Amino acid sequence: MEAYTEKIREISERLLKDGTVEAVIGYRKGSVENSNEPCIVRSSEKINDLVWDSNCRINLANYLTNRKDKVAIIAKGCDSRNINTQIIENKIKRDQLFIIGVPCSGMTKKEDSSDLQENCKVCHHKNPVVYDELVAAEVEETKVDRYEDVKKIEAMGVEEKWEFFKDLLEPCTRCYACKNACPLCYCPTCFVDESKPQWVGKGMDPIDVRTYHFLRAYHCAGRCTDCGACESACPQGINMRHFTKKLEKECFDQFAWEAGLNSEERPPLDTFKLDDPQTFIK
Amino acid sequence: MKELMEHMGIEPGRLQFSWISSAESTKFVDVVKDVTEKVKALGPNKNFVKEAS
Repeated sequence: MEAYTEKIREISERLLKDGTVEAVIGYRKGSVENSNEPCIVRSSEKINDLVWDSNCRINLANYLTNRKDKVAIIAKGCDSRNINTQIIENKIKRDQLFIIGVPCSGMTKKEDSSDLQENCKVCHHKNPVVYDELVAAEVEETKVDRYEDVKKIEAMGVEEKWEFFKDLLEPCTRCYACKNACPLCYCPTCFVDESKPQWVGKGMDPIDVRTYHFLRAYHCAGRCTDCGACESACPQGINMRHFTKKLEKECFDQFAWEAGLNSEERPPLDTFKLDDPQTFIK
Repeated sequence: MKELMEHMGIEPGRLQFSWISSAESTKFVDVVKDVTEKVKALGPNKNFVKEAS
């Protein structure tokens, strides 16, 4: 990890000095324990702010949307896939980016630094799928069943499912940290903030809370890389990935699709193909 | 759409999709009959109902 930090600083300094980029988007030590925060370094004096360890949970692709400058960005496997998604969605151009790829062995839980985050335990893309320079040799990818938790819910009865999600969302205060941390949530006005028409109630009614969560998940369908930024940002410890992951599984099962693996192919819910499965429609 | 709704506890059969051309009157009738039947069998919707405040 130390070596990663050194290498990140070395590459960043070189890029800033020779004018390849105007800024480097990376991580610095956060103000609370076991958390790094995103930072944008514009001059070589600040290079030593940049760090790398297992607390880099935030997805930096979130800071690319609509940028006009040329930047370097530090990217784990998941970040790199979200960078591809931002490129597909015309939020940034590839030639504006210098991607510093970081082969990632997973981020730890903020409350327990000896345990990997749940999404990292089932990660299939630890290495960046797109980069200009890697800070270290690629790590070995693991193949595990990504959808064990989804299958557990699928096996429940109708009432049990309803109750499961009711309990899951009970602590939610609708602070919107999940959508603010999400690199897919870049709409200028989110549907929850619209007032004409008002799509969803703004209070704490459990139905409104649920509507917010499942609609947000739909907006991420076929785009979510399960980076876990939403869950790690949640002050209440809610695993809202139960929503996004179900849709991820559906996209994989029905369209053999994994989000952000390249910067050309548009996500399945964004395109029409004659052989799209149509069993849901009469 | 349907998958996630049913995943979080909406009864299978309550949410249905179809695409019917304006020329397909018999299909329209069939679908309406079928939907009505299925939804009647499920009874009134209890989930996703906001309690009056």
